[in-house]
Amino acid sequence: MQIGGTNPQAGRSSTGHAKRRTGSGKGPAKRSASGDPAKLNGSAKVTVRTTIPSLYPAGQDVQNRILNAVEKIGFTPHSTFAIKLALEEAMINAIKHGNKLDPTKSVHIHAKVTPKVAEITIEDEGPGFDRAAVPDPTLEENREKCSGRGILLIESYMNSVKWSHNGRRLRMVKRNGEEPGVR
Amino acid sequence: MSEQSPPLSVSQEKDIRLVEFTNSKILDEANITEIGAQLNALIDQSDSPKVLLDFQSVDHLSSAALGMLINVNNRIKQRNGQLRLAGIKPQIFEVFVITKLNKLFRILPDRSEALKSFTAQ
Repeated sequence: MQIGGTNPQAGRSSTGHAKRRTGSGKGPAKRSASGDPAKLNGSAKVTVRTTIPSLYPAGQDVQNRILNAVEKIGFTPHSTFAIKLALEEAMINAIKHGNKLDPTKSVHIHAKVTPKVAEITIEDEGPGFDRAAVPDPTLEENREKCSGRGILLIESYMNSVKWSHNGRRLRMVKRNGEEPGVR
Repeated sequence: MSEQSPPLSVSQEKDIRLVEFTNSKILDEANITEIGAQLNALIDQSDSPKVLLDFQSVDHLSSAALGMLINVNNRIKQRNGQLRLAGIKPQIFEVFVITKLNKLFRILPDRSEALKSFTAQ
């Protein structure tokens, strides 16, 4: 899928960074992605860097901004689906399980999207967790339990997933068109 | 930006409750909680509930939605009922395969196949 047209400034105009903190979390946060995805060309890059309170609408707004960039920059439908799923799970993990819906705690998001790769880092301010201690939800004895599947889906759909800072920070990478281990 | 329409459309086919998801996304926590509550109420209406969940409109679902479906399955089993899932699109079916929930649920290709799969009690 080809994005953009003949505007030679399109690539350059999309490479800047925009930083801001969203305030109240009431309703959608304001736009802060760099570049206009509608003008992206093959060398484009979109960066989304923001901090949000632990509220679902604020999380949803950031997800929409990142997904908008992913779609406009030309990710395949399956890679877009993968990022949407992983983003949803990662945001819920940060807001609900990490920050326990505490509105005084924030979630920090940094996403960099190019036509080849999307790199997304999400960090919460909770106590962290031990990835190795999360039970495997695909084992028969765990199959009817209702936890652990979000992490499994993130790790299945993204190409590279790394938990750091005691589990508070998640960095995940999706290479456009590369579908690992989902069969 | 929540959608205003009810998340489920319920109809009856003989003794089978046919439930369609009306939204293309089963992601939002509040939405999932509401769907779970509606399904639980429906399950509790009969002794051996037969429930068919039709996913033909669904393009996205989250692990929270899967958790809700597992609870629904457990509740139906406790009441000696039967649950069938149908109309799941390939990319959503992949989510069931990754989580191995395709081994937990009885999943049929479409609604008519699913209706035929219920057994008399």
